[in-house]
Amino acid sequence: MTITETEPKFIPVQTRSERFKSSDVTDFPAVTGREVEWRYTPAAPINDLVDNGLNGAHYEYTLTDVDGVSARWIAMHDDLVARAGLPEDRASAAAWSGTQEALLLTLDGELDREVVLTRDGLGAEARAAHTVVRAMPNTVATLILRNSGQAKLAENIEFIVEDGARLTVVTVQEWDDDALHIATHFAQVQRDATLKHISVTLGGRLVRLNPSIHLAGAGAGTELFGAYFSDSGQHIEHQVYVFHDAPHQRSRVTYKGALQGKSAHTVWIGDVLIGQNAVGTDSYEQNRNLVLTEGAQADSVPNLEIEIGDIVGAGHASATGRFDDEQLFYLQSRGITEDEARRLVVRGFLVEIVQQIRSPELEEHLQAAIEAELATTADGGAR
Amino acid sequence: MSTLAIRDLHVTVETDQGTKEILRGVDLTIKTGEIHAIMGPNGSGKSTLAYTIAGHPKYTVTQGTIELDGEDVLSLTVDERARRGLFLAMQYPVEIPGVTNTNFLRTAKTAIDGESPSIRSWTKDVKTAMSNLKMDSSFASRNVNEGFSGGEKKRNEILQLELLKPKFAVLDETDSGLDIDALKIVSEGVNRAHDNTNLGVLLITHYTRILRYIKPDFVHVFVAGRVAEEGGPELAEQLEEEGYVRFVSEGEADTDAVLTDDETASVG
Ligand SMILES: Nc1ncnc2c1ncn2[C@@H]1O[C@H](COP(=O)(O)OP(=O)(O)OP(=O)(O)O)[C@@H](O)[C@H]1O
Ligand SMILES: [Mg+2]
Repeated sequence: MTITETEPKFIPVQTRSERFKSSDVTDFPAVTGREVEWRYTPAAPINDLVDNGLNGAHYEYTLTDVDGVSARWIAMHDDLVARAGLPEDRASAAAWSGTQEALLLTLDGELDREVVLTRDGLGAEARAAHTVVRAMPNTVATLILRNSGQAKLAENIEFIVEDGARLTVVTVQEWDDDALHIATHFAQVQRDATLKHISVTLGGRLVRLNPSIHLAGAGAGTELFGAYFSDSGQHIEHQVYVFHDAPHQRSRVTYKGALQGKSAHTVWIGDVLIGQNAVGTDSYEQNRNLVLTEGAQADSVPNLEIEIGDIVGAGHASATGRFDDEQLFYLQSRGITEDEARRLVVRGFLVEIVQQIRSPELEEHLQAAIEAELATTADGGAR
Repeated sequence: MSTLAIRDLHVTVETDQGTKEILRGVDLTIKTGEIHAIMGPNGSGKSTLAYTIAGHPKYTVTQGTIELDGEDVLSLTVDERARRGLFLAMQYPVEIPGVTNTNFLRTAKTAIDGESPSIRSWTKDVKTAMSNLKMDSSFASRNVNEGFSGGEKKRNEILQLELLKPKFAVLDETDSGLDIDALKIVSEGVNRAHDNTNLGVLLITHYTRILRYIKPDFVHVFVAGRVAEEGGPELAEQLEEEGYVRFVSEGEADTDAVLTDDETASVG
């Protein structure tokens, strides 16, 4: 196996903290593909999504009925909008400018069941959406976002995690093969609150999901996990940003991806900024990719900016390994069939992330979905 | 009783310079319970023979046969061969990212037996086999061979041998890279498999030291892609004294010299 380990290296304080922010799409120049935030994303398919004129009407959704959960539409100028962040790229701004009202989900109390928000009827029209999820103080809740069907969507989701709340968010992308989805997940995590964010992306022509986490309160923490499976012609991108902005915070970022088939492409950019207020920060981010076949490409770029000396730890790692013929031979020489060998390797590789969901039903569903991904590509002869 | 019969085996490999014939008519028959040692200079084709038996796709058989109890082994896939009872302990075991040893062993056992082993006895078997091989229990939860030292990888091969219980095992330089204690531990593992399951062994080695622990019934001298001479254990002693000089003809005189036994102990 070829492994490239990037040793933690300290990138001098630069762009991230000073990056331009605006909710107005016209404040951003047209996307050329040369910008840091666009250099890995194919430009042509997303043209419509980085521009004005998206359909910003209310989107259709279904929400499980759980005590302590309420939903309503609010104006984009509501105080709760823009609390967790503002767009740093044109797609996010286009979504913002294009949305008429935001869906506000309020989670309050220790919820005894997981809340599931399903979107499966978005259709093929280019559209914008804005969602605000607010976990009230000391709330303990799990929110699962299930995305499937057709989509051509640019959206922003804000998570406001109030003092002492513990929010788990699982976002699952199982879109149709031709779907386009560009999302920014802004989070503001207050004093002693934690956000666990798990993203699983399996389906879609292009999915770009950028979690941008502002650890605002002292003692706040976040764990970000990602699992993705990209096959032929699929582009899956994550630009993860964690901003440590108060003392004694902890962050962990772990993203793992499997790639199979010609022109499968994944991008992971992990930015961690440890700001001047973040005494005692403990931070680690890593990305691992498993390339199953020739012709697939995994780009992986960790960045660390540190503005303060007094921290507990900060590190990052990035590794891309191949599942090669020698591995296949080895497993087969122990009696394991070729298909089983691939399944074994991919399931083993991604299980660490899927397990974090802690919802047996969803975990089982996703394991099956991952295996189905392997089978589809095998039948398609893309190996 | 089973028989693994290799007859007139010719094997080529594709190289940058074109097709190269490496095995040039190998004849070898092993019966269950027998231990055969193969010794021969670097590059003489020992690993090629081992891989060809296991079915590595890199090697092309151009002539000859391999049969297991009369069945044509060459027409079987790699995994089918393993399920028929052939095992290869590799000279360079492969790392498998993302798959724990535990998961791997259970999957392999299930594949070979055609049914999953009973959880309780299997867990116990794995534990016992690991402790016999003086492998720390942490190796169970680590990814297959990933970050293992050379010697640890070799132990892991023998662990699989003991748990999968094949009919025939080809051990390709399992002794290379083992320290003195590990050599003994690994040899005991092979002997246990031999005694418990009447394993037939094809032991490829450069050193007579391992033959003090694993007693061969037959010794074959392998030179330039074929068996040049056969004999009993005394042949190994003789090679130790004389080297391969008298077997190596003009054409093969450029093959690398073989390390002496003393040099093995220091290898990691
Ligand atoms: N893929 C390949 N390309 C080119 N040459 C090859 C290839 N595979 C094997 N060979 C050559 O075939 C010959 C036999 O190799 P093999 O590994 O079988 O030798 P060996 O007897 O096991 O040697 P050692 O004692 O060093 O392990 C060598 O000269 C080797 O370079
Ligand atoms: Mg060899």
